[in-house]
Amino acid sequence: MELCSFLTLDSFITDPLTHGFMRKALLMSSLVAAVCGFLSSYLTLKGWALMGDAVSHSVMPGVVVAYALGLPFSLGAFIFGVGSVALIGFIKQKSRVKEDTVIGLVFTGFFALGVVLVSKIKSNIDLHSILFGSPLGISLSDVKQTIFISLLVVILLSIFRKDLMLYCFDPRHAKTVGINVFFLHYLLLTCLSLAAVVGLQSVGIILVVAMLITPGATAYLLTDKFDSMTVISVLSAIISSLIGIYVSFWFDLETGGSIVLAQTFIFLFAFLFAPRYGIFKLKKLFAGYK
Amino acid sequence: METINYQNFRIEAENICVDYNGKVALYDANLRLKPGQICGLVGMNGAGKTTFFNALTGFVNISKGKIRINGESVRSAQKDQTIAYVPQNEGIDSQFPISVWDVVMMGRYGSMNIFRSPRESDVQAVKDAIERVDLTDHLSTPIGNLSGGQRKRTFLARAIAQRASILLLDEPFSGVDIRTEKLISELFIQFKNEGKTILLSTHDMIHVREFCDLVLLINKTVVAYGETSEVFTPENITTTFGGISPDFLFGPES
Repeated sequence: MELCSFLTLDSFITDPLTHGFMRKALLMSSLVAAVCGFLSSYLTLKGWALMGDAVSHSVMPGVVVAYALGLPFSLGAFIFGVGSVALIGFIKQKSRVKEDTVIGLVFTGFFALGVVLVSKIKSNIDLHSILFGSPLGISLSDVKQTIFISLLVVILLSIFRKDLMLYCFDPRHAKTVGINVFFLHYLLLTCLSLAAVVGLQSVGIILVVAMLITPGATAYLLTDKFDSMTVISVLSAIISSLIGIYVSFWFDLETGGSIVLAQTFIFLFAFLFAPRYGIFKLKKLFAGYK
Repeated sequence: METINYQNFRIEAENICVDYNGKVALYDANLRLKPGQICGLVGMNGAGKTTFFNALTGFVNISKGKIRINGESVRSAQKDQTIAYVPQNEGIDSQFPISVWDVVMMGRYGSMNIFRSPRESDVQAVKDAIERVDLTDHLSTPIGNLSGGQRKRTFLARAIAQRASILLLDEPFSGVDIRTEKLISELFIQFKNEGKTILLSTHDMIHVREFCDLVLLINKTVVAYGETSEVFTPENITTTFGGISPDFLFGPES
């Protein structure tokens, strides 16, 4: 806190920008936040929070194997992300075990496999940065991958924006009018896996699910329009990333955790003060003064 | 306007079976409906009413039998926007952040380009449909702020905007106000005159007598099918509802 006392707001913002790694971290985290925030509206409306948790944890062994083989880590993560979902679907269909149990069972299995692999493959894999993210230490090849994947997800979501909304809202109607529901299901899963892959660089595997659900949940409390929900979700995700990185820089805190905490605080704010759906309903409070 | 041949069948379902992972939901079910016919689908909860709808729309695959819609496959019926499904109120997420206008516009998605950008004709179709269900004052109202009856009318408008020739309605009269009930029954008469084919499921026996030319009584399979006046007998109803007497089902007012 002493550090802060002689700082003006101006230097609070500009000082970190003199460091190349900070500029890179701010840019990349904002990009990742925007992608996850965009997807977040769909996941929260579809009720796929647990699925997001599952996919993001399941990519762990993929990341480890890809590193060990010298492949792009996004490739390994993607294969295991989609694979976990396929396995969940298969076990659910072929057994009497309930879906949430199957999800929990599969993703912890994958995650454990990843942890074991890390301990066995003694390479230069930094377990800590996989688990908790390392936006400040992102390499150039990772930057390229992140930009490529982010653009891909944004383009896919933009093209199929309305179809995905219909799929989340009323899949039966989608099917009835000849829209390929099977394709949309796997499109959403693919985007989820890809977003988890880029998200884990910012906040790590353990917290990436927050990037995928918190912004959407916040936006859901603030609007009744789908388009505004997407915009609010993206904005709140970006703002959280910026706040998280600045705060972690000045107070020497874990960056990933700071970003997610910022998101959580924004959600709590919406939860308490959202105009229509907040506990204290700001509109009513103001109306009282008029 | 396309010319309607009233002698051809709109819906032909022959010996259809549906099972979910080996559990039989519907077996050996038959149905034939022509243009301008209104048919009631009556049965207990879990008797296979929704499954029947799902089979006709292609939402579930049939394991046996054959379905023809206007003489063609279910797949081409989907492509041609032939069937519209109006869900029961419980079947949709009423808290979804979407307006009346956007829901009705979804009726046009199947005939739009890949980005689903509305043409002028789509906008007009949506406007007209919303006017027919008397919701013009609620164009941009989120569906969460509507009453049960208004929400039901929104989904009816979606079916109208789709310009489907077959309407499947799941419990169209449950949880609606008197005004909506009256509006729906007026629409049914208009639909009939336009040559549309309607299949509706209902718990309410009075509505069957009032609207339905034909009735299909099911309990996992067809118990009875035919003209309402002939088939809708106390004996058949009792069989459909597993031995419960129709007096109990009709309630005191009938």
